[in-house]
Amino acid sequence: MALLEVDNLSIWFHTRNGVVKAIDSVSFSVAEGETLAIVGESGSGKSVCCYSLLGLIPSPPGNIESGTAIFDGRDLLTLSERELRKVRGSKIATIFQDPMTSLNPYLTIGEQLIEPLLYHRAMSRKDARGRAIQLLDEVGIPGAKQRFDSYAHEFSGGMRQRVMIAMALIAEPRLLIADEPTTALDVTIQAQTLQLIADLQKQRNLAVIFISHDLAVVAGIADRVAVMKDGQFVEYGPTEAVFDRAQHPYTQSLLAAIPGGAKPGSPATSSSSPDSPLIEISHLKTWFNGTEETTSNATVKAVDDVSLSITKNEILGIVGESGSGKSTLGRSILQLVKTTSGSIKFDGEELCGLTPHQLIPYRRRIQMIFQDPYASLNPRMTVFDALAEPLRYHGLATRKTVLPQVLNLMDDVGLAASAMRKYPHEFSGGQRQRIAIGRAIATKPEFIVADEPVSALDVTIQAQILELILRLVEKHNLTMLFISHDLSVVRYICDRVAVMHGGELIESGATETLWHHPQTPYAQSLLAAVPRLSSRSS
Amino acid sequence: MGKFVLHRLLQAIPVLLVVITATFFLVRSAPGGPFSAEKAVPPAVLKALEARYQLDQPVLNQYFSYLGDLAAGDLGPSFRFPGRSVNEMIYAGLPATAELGLYALLISMLLGTTAGVIAALKPNTAQDYIPMSTAMIGICLPSFLLGPLMMLVFGIWLEWVPISGWGNIPGDKILPALTLASGYTAYVARLSRGGMLEVMSQDYIRTARAKGLPEWIVVIKHGLRGGLIPVVAFAGPAFAGLLSGSFVVETIFQIPGLGRFYVQAAFNRDYTMIMGTTVFFAALIILFNLLSDILAVWLNPKLRQQTNGDSG
Repeated sequence: MALLEVDNLSIWFHTRNGVVKAIDSVSFSVAEGETLAIVGESGSGKSVCCYSLLGLIPSPPGNIESGTAIFDGRDLLTLSERELRKVRGSKIATIFQDPMTSLNPYLTIGEQLIEPLLYHRAMSRKDARGRAIQLLDEVGIPGAKQRFDSYAHEFSGGMRQRVMIAMALIAEPRLLIADEPTTALDVTIQAQTLQLIADLQKQRNLAVIFISHDLAVVAGIADRVAVMKDGQFVEYGPTEAVFDRAQHPYTQSLLAAIPGGAKPGSPATSSSSPDSPLIEISHLKTWFNGTEETTSNATVKAVDDVSLSITKNEILGIVGESGSGKSTLGRSILQLVKTTSGSIKFDGEELCGLTPHQLIPYRRRIQMIFQDPYASLNPRMTVFDALAEPLRYHGLATRKTVLPQVLNLMDDVGLAASAMRKYPHEFSGGQRQRIAIGRAIATKPEFIVADEPVSALDVTIQAQILELILRLVEKHNLTMLFISHDLSVVRYICDRVAVMHGGELIESGATETLWHHPQTPYAQSLLAAVPRLSSRSS
Repeated sequence: MGKFVLHRLLQAIPVLLVVITATFFLVRSAPGGPFSAEKAVPPAVLKALEARYQLDQPVLNQYFSYLGDLAAGDLGPSFRFPGRSVNEMIYAGLPATAELGLYALLISMLLGTTAGVIAALKPNTAQDYIPMSTAMIGICLPSFLLGPLMMLVFGIWLEWVPISGWGNIPGDKILPALTLASGYTAYVARLSRGGMLEVMSQDYIRTARAKGLPEWIVVIKHGLRGGLIPVVAFAGPAFAGLLSGSFVVETIFQIPGLGRFYVQAAFNRDYTMIMGTTVFFAALIILFNLLSDILAVWLNPKLRQQTNGDSG
């Protein structure tokens, strides 16, 4: 007998622009001790599906059109708000994606932790406190007693998610809904968090619904998988069956889009051409709040004594966890941050210490692609404006030639010419990143710093953009610094990889060599934490 | 925190100096003087008066001598009320003005936040539209119109409350406080509605609901803290504004407050009185802004720790 049985659930959103069928006749079940993964891209309806069970979708516009959700003998969809409240946090608990925004910044984590006990179990504050400290200890928060009165911002991302997990489990629920619980976390922290959830599940015989966009993560933990697209389950069955014998073309395309292999083409070609390096960085230090003479406790050594070189037509990957200094390194090369000491040579010429005016010619030759194309494109400029601006500013186009040049660029990045007069908000995430890439290559740069260019994209879109980047690098003879936290992506696209940790470059080498034979313990732990499709067999 | 406060107090000095300098020269550049009234004064008397108040000296000398007195806390003698100093007159007028301002502040904070929070809980329904359109009327109606209107309705037709005076008949403080509070109440309502709308759409509110907390706890415990920060930041400048902007209400309701002196002084070209009240109000505005900022920082745990870290 399953703990939760959802049958024929349909949820429609009645908006001004008509009815959106967010969930369309979905049925599934979860038993105690079992993990069901719901996988889908953004907007597929996977979160709405679970929140609706708890009455957490905004209504209006959301409306449950049909279906039943029998939990422990009662239909959740027919419960009153009052009865539902007794289920929420008590029998069914939730972990959300971003632990920073999901914890109240104005209350101590202790206060937030004990709330379910106070309201659902009528426990005294003193007992609740004791229980909370015990649970914080259990989820692996060091010094739980002292941290009880801390605020969310005093924890790291991984620790915050542990607090969220403790908060969800404190009233001993029977079903846990985990909505992308590791998406905002670094890869090693992700592995630890997944392990923690699995351990707690086993001890408590919890039923878990695990919502994720990441098939590789799901492969390692789920008993059964549902693949969701446009509000429907296109594939639903045991994990083995879904991954090995996917029936639906969408599931097959999702699986194919996972960057799983080495870079296409021979990996040895880059090292065979002993070109002079385009970028040569030696002993670069970029410190914040202090210089080499005036260091204090507040000094952050974001980049600390990094030396590396990038040869022409090479894609060098920089991997590392958040705070490792990989973005600062990219920004240092572009001279967007002030470097503390060391040298950066571009095509033999020193960039450090140049005035903004002296940098102008280099601004044309070195470009950047950012993570979030929506935030980095001006919402009040059309595609044409965004692409024409760098051409005009650097004097690469005249009034007459600007239009054909822009059309050329749009063709290059795979955008239809008809989209020229549209604004960024009218595009999807992938198309926006195409615009951003078009803007970066508009000035015919020699070198591009790409800072997490595919991290904000769904997996199928990510695969398309990676293809585009590879094609453009080939076509325009580009050299690229590719910054990413995702080792599978880096393996797929980069010739060489450098690993950063705590501001220092600790290991570098040809991608496949480093992938198979990492030398330093840190690189080994990083690679071991990467979720892989093959890991489910072990 | 100490360092933050000290830093802000030091910043206030140049601001005050600019206010003093600008007012000093503006007032003197206006046509007429304190003794050029409709009744002409004999030249000899005028000369004697000017000598007594040092008005015969070069303007720059007057300026520096005024700064010197000010540094010692002396705002000088009133030009139009011989024998009384500006300090005395501010001291006499302040209690009524401060009391009126405090009542108005309390009314606007309580009424305004309540209305704003209620409106924010059900946006774009009658529960939102009714308090918010009332607030809009409150902003649009100037106190010189609202005051007499309330006197007419509540004082003369309904005979519920007295229509003038201050502290003579029970209840005579109600109408002036309400009149003065109306515009601020409306503004606070709009601020708290905006703040609450923002906060109630945050992820941590969803977390609180997912824990199964009753909605009133979600709103009061998890929502208000963040939602009312804009209101707290506004409270300081609002109180300063209530003090310095009360002269219309004081005039309508015959209240012996500071505001009336201020307006009279401007008409009379009572240089020292204008200067004195302006400097006094400027200092108050700076002080209350500072208090507001400190409170807003203290309410936010992250900022609180940062400022503590700086000073320690």
